[in-house]
Amino acid sequence: MEEKYIIEVNDLTIRFNLASEKVDNLKEYVIKLVKRELMFQEFLALQHINLKIKKGEAWGLIGTNGSGKSTLLKAISGIMKPYKGEVIVRGEIAPLIELGAGFDMNLTARENIYLNGTVLGHSKKYMDEHFDEIVEFADLHKFLDSPIKNFSSGMKARLGFSVATMVDPDILVVDEILSVGDARFRKKCNKRMEEMLSGGTTLLYVSHNIDSVKKLCDHAIWIDKGKMVMSGEVEPVCDAYTEAIEHEKK
Amino acid sequence: MDVLKSSFQTFYKYKDLVIQLVSRDLKLKYRRSFLGYVWSVLNPLLVMLVMTIVFSTMFNKGIHNFPVYLLTGRTLFEFMTTSTNAAMRSIVANAPLIKKTYVPKYIFTLAKVTSCMVDFVLSLGALLIVMIATRAKFTPYFFMFPLVIIQIYIFCLGLGLFLAQANVFFRDIQYIYKAVTTAWMYLSAIFYPLSSLPDKLQYFIRTFNPLYYYIDQFRDFVYDGQMADPRVFIMGWVIAFVTLAIGIITFKRSQDRFILYI
Repeated sequence: MEEKYIIEVNDLTIRFNLASEKVDNLKEYVIKLVKRELMFQEFLALQHINLKIKKGEAWGLIGTNGSGKSTLLKAISGIMKPYKGEVIVRGEIAPLIELGAGFDMNLTARENIYLNGTVLGHSKKYMDEHFDEIVEFADLHKFLDSPIKNFSSGMKARLGFSVATMVDPDILVVDEILSVGDARFRKKCNKRMEEMLSGGTTLLYVSHNIDSVKKLCDHAIWIDKGKMVMSGEVEPVCDAYTEAIEHEKK
Repeated sequence: MDVLKSSFQTFYKYKDLVIQLVSRDLKLKYRRSFLGYVWSVLNPLLVMLVMTIVFSTMFNKGIHNFPVYLLTGRTLFEFMTTSTNAAMRSIVANAPLIKKTYVPKYIFTLAKVTSCMVDFVLSLGALLIVMIATRAKFTPYFFMFPLVIIQIYIFCLGLGLFLAQANVFFRDIQYIYKAVTTAWMYLSAIFYPLSSLPDKLQYFIRTFNPLYYYIDQFRDFVYDGQMADPRVFIMGWVIAFVTLAIGIITFKRSQDRFILYI
């Protein structure tokens, strides 16, 4: 029964310690220790989040800036450990939290494809097999052997997206990154994501563009100030969110 | 047992990442330099030349082949400082990546120490050239030297893991460590014979300087062409694995909190 969920988030709470985050050298640490200022000023980025995602579903994460969307993605990707609760993931995750996070600006595009692919946990052999496909999709044949510090941000985004999506993950995590590419590439990306969805990939999608959430996703979760406000089918959640925003404006 | 098995599985999964990171470091090190990897050999040679001119007259007693004596000590010391310094910064330097994807964090430290080791092995070419040029004697014990490299590699990996996690929480470590390595250099008998020191200090260095265990073995095998002192040889392995254990334990204990500090 339980096995059918690919991602399970049970009563997840993520805690930051605001006070100690600022202390990153010994002098300050000792001073604060002496002054007894090393208090624990806690900040709960997420509180009691429950989320169950089945294979093949596409979930949109919506909410205002700083509401905890990215933190939730980080917890699911395994970057952050839960303070309370648990996150169970049954499958391979390809995070696209920021395109090109794994790029080394001094390396060429060719070298970066291998570097980024292995960062995502793939073997060299696997990357050899998919290399042509990646280059084809990114459409960067001419620039394969120039260092990517000379690339435009759109070109880097193209390369990052190609690497992350060509490797057929079970779960694709996308965090508002497609705003950089041009219209043609955005279209290509959306098409690719739709293809992956119909191929059984599970999608987690963060965007402030409600229309694109509605278009791509079938479910949505609305988070506000670390708490879940609503989750379920995409239409009612998005409508409620848009209404709340509209209401706030007035 | 299961924990051990799953850590081996994750390591196996990311082994190609280690290879990629190491080859990146090596490629970028000499990119756009005309002589490229030749510098790995040439640089220690030039430094040796300078130091030989400066120090050989000072410490002529007790050292029959100063260039080889110096190089055996210096290449090991150089490897220790560059690898641990690079390892110390490995987590902080890869912060953008660690914040965005899940990668076992020790991979970055491991890759740094490994790429420094490759560079170190290349620099041994300089030692070989000098040995041939000065007609130093080669004995079968010479071929024991890889054992020393393995020991010091394990030692540096352990120290590097410890420093890397400490540096995440206290960036001051970088500056403290700089002073420590300077003192360490003078206490490692790199460019003077150990016998020129007072007895108490000699005893101190022989016993408490972990690096000296490696330099001593290395000199026995390469410079004197004889078997290393069994006590030093065994202690060298013990120190290496104890340091690695300390590194792994401290790293493992704090790695989940890295994300909040980088």
